[in-house]
Amino acid sequence: MKPTLTLGPVLFNWPVQRWRDFYARIADEAPVDAVVVGEIVCSKRAPFLAPVMDEVIGRLAAAGKEVWLATPILVGSDRERTAMRDLLECDLLPMEANDMGALALLEGRRHAVGPFINSYNEATLAWLAGRGAVAVSLPAELPAAAVATMAKMGTALGLSMEVQVFGRAPLAISARCYHARAHGLHKDGCQFVCGNDPDGMPVSTVDGQPFLSVNGTQTLSHGYLALAAEMDRLLAMGIRRFRLSPQDLDMVAVAKAFRAVLDGERSGPDVVAELRRMTGVPLENGFFHNMAGVAYAGAPAPAA
Amino acid sequence: MNPFELICPAGNPAALRAAVDAGADAVYLGFRDETNARNFPGLNFSRAELAEAVAYAHARSVQVFVAINTYPQAGNLAPWQRAVDDAARLKADAVILADLGLLDYAARHHPELRLHLSVQASAANAEAIRLYRDAFRVRRVVLPRVLTVPEIARLNAEVDVETEVFVFGGLCPMAEGRCSLSSYATGLSPNKQGVCSPASHVRYEPRGAALASRLGGFTINVFGAGEPAGYPTLCKGRFVPGGGASADPAYLFEEPTSLNALELLPDLKAAKVCALKIEGRQRGKAYIAAVVAAYRRALDAFARGQPVPSLDLDAMVEGGSQTTGAYTRAWR
Repeated sequence: MKPTLTLGPVLFNWPVQRWRDFYARIADEAPVDAVVVGEIVCSKRAPFLAPVMDEVIGRLAAAGKEVWLATPILVGSDRERTAMRDLLECDLLPMEANDMGALALLEGRRHAVGPFINSYNEATLAWLAGRGAVAVSLPAELPAAAVATMAKMGTALGLSMEVQVFGRAPLAISARCYHARAHGLHKDGCQFVCGNDPDGMPVSTVDGQPFLSVNGTQTLSHGYLALAAEMDRLLAMGIRRFRLSPQDLDMVAVAKAFRAVLDGERSGPDVVAELRRMTGVPLENGFFHNMAGVAYAGAPAPAA
Repeated sequence: MNPFELICPAGNPAALRAAVDAGADAVYLGFRDETNARNFPGLNFSRAELAEAVAYAHARSVQVFVAINTYPQAGNLAPWQRAVDDAARLKADAVILADLGLLDYAARHHPELRLHLSVQASAANAEAIRLYRDAFRVRRVVLPRVLTVPEIARLNAEVDVETEVFVFGGLCPMAEGRCSLSSYATGLSPNKQGVCSPASHVRYEPRGAALASRLGGFTINVFGAGEPAGYPTLCKGRFVPGGGASADPAYLFEEPTSLNALELLPDLKAAKVCALKIEGRQRGKAYIAAVVAAYRRALDAFARGQPVPSLDLDAMVEGGSQTTGAYTRAWR
């Protein structure tokens, strides 16, 4: 089976015009096979995207992309529940569930399990496959040994197994909005201050050391997770989907670079070098190498 | 008949006896390994200690719940499955689980065993809770600390599954079981190893008259002379939102504060919450005895319709400050 390059949903609060233009360019120029769309972080932002959602989906589909709709990460409040139910009324597109409530409502429909559902082992994969999941995107914190076991078992269960290979690692979700809190506001009167930070709000330690990135209710890594040098190993494990999470840089160039690795035209380390030239944000692969997530293990570890 | 069960923590046999003697309705505990979310050195129970704990508690009509609430490691499911088997064999009254695969295992192999859904599963809506009930016969859900009391009330009106909520102790500002901050800084996580901000990665570093607390490669807080130095739990540190250096860093995620929802008892009763949970399996027996006794007195007074006595627990809360957390909307 040909490996799939997936573009995950835009996590940040981009102005709707920019959001639409981003997907137009992805449709025209990015060599990705699948695109996951939807506002998954904050239900307050979703209404801004709604007017152009059909247009964006249509444009991506017309370009031959496999389009998935993602459900929100955290569904607790009435507004979040309503948003989730509204989203699931659309039965034209396959869905990616990021919460167990969405998974419940997707029984009997073609769906994928997103990276925000805790899939940590083969027993969980078996249960998910038994309920009709066709693909599972693994949590970023899993080390190589777990990925290898789950790729093997998941594939045997008929699941298409995915790993995030680029973009800030999602680390936490909360009911509290840290963007609003940092600006002395409450979530209800947030003034959408998260829109000021299209790549996340940097958070440093008391010493001024860059550490985390805040995106409203979500906390992400400061560095960009980058598993370009690990692509061959992931392929050998049986991983068949490779997820790029959009950041505020040339994602078409990022997609072309990872595509070239999948096509055997470029080496992973070569792409790592290009990523370093593209951004001053540090690259990280520590989770995969069973280290602190923030770390970057320079030399690929020996094959499992 | 008290409207609430009081669910109390025990990190060792002495703490369990303290909780039972102080008026717990149920005590929750874990095995001494990575299968539970308080996998700290010197804590938790061997199989023999669980057997003794069950005997002690059952003789006093107190229940014992076993938390097996980390996510089993891929390729190494046996320790978690054995933990469920042993909890059932040793007559635990319930197991508290989070992982879908382990819930499936428990439901299939131990159909008589009562299953509770751990807070680490972060089931925050009626649709999710119904799924856990229908798929695994989960009888009770420990709610994640993301819901307001009115949201809990609406949830209980919709779903006929018992709900248990945290009322006292440490407070995660993040949705539980969906946080890898600790893993990011140290490589060790609540979901995988059952630890958060582990002591093995903590260092205190004098800086002139000040004291810095570090976790992994990061400074989590700096305490001025005379300021009490707290433990560097990652999400309770001082950081600089916006990046760079600042003379005035902020408690961006949460202050070093403790949850105390005592004032919400009438609302939690109206919301049809069935059990109140005290956090703190890492605490000593004196702390457990004091907190459980105080909550026992408060719940008994509440059940009799008497004024709820104010608790003299100031010395027992982190940083000396208390919050009702996510239960009130302004927290968000």
